[in-house]
Amino acid sequence: MQDTSMLQPPTLPTNYTVKHGHIRTSTGKTVRTEEMIINMGPQHPSTHGVLRLEIVVDGEIIVECIPHIGYLHRCFEKHCEHMTNYQQVIPYVDRMDYCSAMTNEWAFALAVERLLKIEVPERVEYIRVIMAELQRIASHLIAVGTYGIDSGAFTPFLYTFIDREKILDLFEMTCGARLLYNYIWIGGLSHDLPPKFIEQAKDFISYFRPRIKMLNDLLSYNEIFVKRTANVGVLPKDVAINYAVSGPQLRGSGVNWDLRRDDPYSVYHKLNWEPQIGKGEMGTVGDCWDRHIVRMREMEQSLNLVEQALSTLPEGNIQAAIPKRIRPEKDAEIYVRSESSRGELGFYIISDGTASPYRVKARGPAFVNLSVLPEIAKGAMIADLVLIAGSIDIVLGEVDR
Amino acid sequence: MSAIAKYFYNIFHSLYTVVVGMKITFPHLFTRSATVQYPTVKMKIPERARNRLYVNIDDCIGCDQCAMACPVDCITIETIKSTPDVDLGLTSKNTKKRLYIPRFDIDIAKCCYCGLCVWPCPTECIVMTDVYEFSEFDRQNLIYSFSNMTEDEVGAATARLKKYEEEQAAKKAAAKATSTPPATGTAVSPLPTPVQKSEPPTK
Amino acid sequence: MEFIQSILANELIVAIILSLLPLFFIIIYALIVLYTEMKVAAHIQDRVAYMRTGWHGVLQPIADMVKLLQKEDIIPAHADKLLFRMAPFIAFIGTYAAYAVLPFSSIYIGSNINVGVFFLVAMGSLVVIGILMAGWASNNKWSLFGGVRSAAQMVSYEIPTALAIIIVVMITGSLNLQEITKFQEGGIGHWIVFGGPLPWNQKLILMPFTFITFLIVFVASIAEVNRTPFDLPEAESELVQGFNTEYSGMRFAMFYLSEYANLFTVSAVVVALFLGGWSSPFGTLMSGPVWGIFWFVLKAYLFVFIQIWIRWTLPRLRVDQLMYVSWKVLTPWLFVCLLAVGFILVN
Repeated sequence: MQDTSMLQPPTLPTNYTVKHGHIRTSTGKTVRTEEMIINMGPQHPSTHGVLRLEIVVDGEIIVECIPHIGYLHRCFEKHCEHMTNYQQVIPYVDRMDYCSAMTNEWAFALAVERLLKIEVPERVEYIRVIMAELQRIASHLIAVGTYGIDSGAFTPFLYTFIDREKILDLFEMTCGARLLYNYIWIGGLSHDLPPKFIEQAKDFISYFRPRIKMLNDLLSYNEIFVKRTANVGVLPKDVAINYAVSGPQLRGSGVNWDLRRDDPYSVYHKLNWEPQIGKGEMGTVGDCWDRHIVRMREMEQSLNLVEQALSTLPEGNIQAAIPKRIRPEKDAEIYVRSESSRGELGFYIISDGTASPYRVKARGPAFVNLSVLPEIAKGAMIADLVLIAGSIDIVLGEVDR
Repeated sequence: MSAIAKYFYNIFHSLYTVVVGMKITFPHLFTRSATVQYPTVKMKIPERARNRLYVNIDDCIGCDQCAMACPVDCITIETIKSTPDVDLGLTSKNTKKRLYIPRFDIDIAKCCYCGLCVWPCPTECIVMTDVYEFSEFDRQNLIYSFSNMTEDEVGAATARLKKYEEEQAAKKAAAKATSTPPATGTAVSPLPTPVQKSEPPTK
Repeated sequence: MEFIQSILANELIVAIILSLLPLFFIIIYALIVLYTEMKVAAHIQDRVAYMRTGWHGVLQPIADMVKLLQKEDIIPAHADKLLFRMAPFIAFIGTYAAYAVLPFSSIYIGSNINVGVFFLVAMGSLVVIGILMAGWASNNKWSLFGGVRSAAQMVSYEIPTALAIIIVVMITGSLNLQEITKFQEGGIGHWIVFGGPLPWNQKLILMPFTFITFLIVFVASIAEVNRTPFDLPEAESELVQGFNTEYSGMRFAMFYLSEYANLFTVSAVVVALFLGGWSSPFGTLMSGPVWGIFWFVLKAYLFVFIQIWIRWTLPRLRVDQLMYVSWKVLTPWLFVCLLAVGFILVN
């Protein structure tokens, strides 16, 4: 006879008490039923990084979902206080949201430039737009590819990575690195565009346009994928605004809010583009399919932006005249926000008059977007939870910093 | 659409999208692969690539700018002043070298490949090469020492510096004995004062 | 020489040798299909898979087999040891038993029983028991999920398979797979998927229904083998490996082997029922006992290839959508086909 006392599930450190139920069988006895606590642990093929989700399930339906984060905390904000100058903070800011490093650097450089009231040359603005939009395409390619894997289609992931390689080649040609660039510096850029960049970028644009259509045919409009993602994880408009989500997740819920147009910075107001909004074409407004198709359409818009910026690129310096030692005045503080690939990335900098910042706080969009997961996962199935978490498109580097 | 019509539409639409998907993946069976057979074939690295660091120690003047610029503190430099009777030679840019460099260690495992050390170097002796295959079995092998001074040379240089400083101190003492003492209150300290961090701003 | 003759005279030994032939076939076939799957998957994804072991990696499946053989045998601490050990074997037994009634050629069939088709469906259910045992015995919540889902899936997809088989039995009038194949001899026009060897007016009306039946059986066969788009029991992105999670080494190899063997079995069933089995599509050209094996394996392998192709293209269905497809789409359509075929055959 097997010793069943050891077959108890281990108790997890949670303050959720499991609810019991009773089922009456036909013989008259009652069977006690219990909700099950499952750990979708830090190591899992589908949580995008080291995220621990504690799920309370009743059969296959989720009753409660409690995320635990902090497995990738690297004390980035504390490190920034000990840097000898503001320029040294840029490699650290890169590594926050490592899938979308250019937008991180730009947000921080914007913050410091506004703090010091520096104007950057026109050419720098245009090149920054090109780099950020290419980075947005690269980041959305990761999001779309891994979303395909989460839903079981293994092939789109490799197709998106082939396209992403071409973008990373463009970046490597310009600044020397493929993932963590240290390119957008305070007051300008580190290198000017190499001679072959414009031609190669134009080749990429003409190569990539039909690929978006192919990815849509293969994944987005595939009926099985639509059935998996439509009406799943619906995030209503008011809940989204109350939880302060931003980026494609907010636009997927039907809210027409894009920081590049509504809190404009750089030269976005001079270029011709439209923020993409989810309209509930395949199900409800704000479901996972809407968020996915918003990302696909944003890639197209970014491609348009890159094309326009390349054609209207002015000549000029790549570095503004900044003081040798960046020393903002004492007690100066600023919060600047920008639209990163995941949403509103903000930096709050407090300076104390020395060359190193007193406090740098990063408002990471992935952290805030993840907070809405327990709300929208209630009532879904476990198979849906993976898709809902994937559609939020988190990068744990930004959630934990 | 009524429920029955929707049912039939769903079935045919599913079959149609499945066939479209299969039609997209089938031609890929006959296209060239996008990958190369590393390590027999290696991809071409662009010229601005930021990979392993290299220091041309003959050009280094020991200014410590790269160590100060590094955000992760992976460069350690120790210098010994040279005496006026020794000629350390010129760098490739024809600047006079005034410091011995007994220790120039870069912990390449700590390096974050940001390239911030390359910009402030006045002689461009620290560069990022295109070498990216440098893994080791022992982590201690990843601390690269670029200095080429032997122990005897270091000992000799330290001894020479000490002797020179003693001579200078003796000379100064002799000069002080023969001249009038300077006016009080204008003592100049030879070392710079450490930077005081100001009080945190009160909110 | 006399020794061999004396062996061949003994009926029992001959029977054992004949029943071991499919085992050799399975082992060789598993290596080939493993290689095919990896290479097809790689080329679809614009990369090349194995290139180093042997020319273009042909020796890699053997290397994989050797690797799996020499792995440590790990059983989780509180697993149900007896069930844990038995599960892979039961799954393999169910798959292998089905090979007894597959008509490889006109002269070779493992066991020429009169209820061949019925036996096939019964053996398919044995695999479900093996998977359930694996899911339960692993003492792992995720494995339990995988096992339970798989049981639900395989049981509900046996209904369309059985109904489709009934349709074919109605047309051919026999449950014996060898008889069904002989019924379709004579070229591609006589295959049941194109209506069978019936007069052309009957055939024309029958053809749409048999074609739909063929498609439905193909879809159900993918579900029987737990492959994408129906691979929820071993959904890699959710359940790590489903009921397979705690298995390693040779036990895992048994499950893998039984999955690939099952793949061939269901393809072979589709081929034998609808596409003429071992008969040549050209009628009398290239037909004969040995050619029979060639055509049978070729046609079944074609369907294995299509299943691999589908696996790497489509996302997977959720559990309730899977059930919806089986009960609300496949089964009603099959009932309609059943009634229609019965009506046509009677008139």
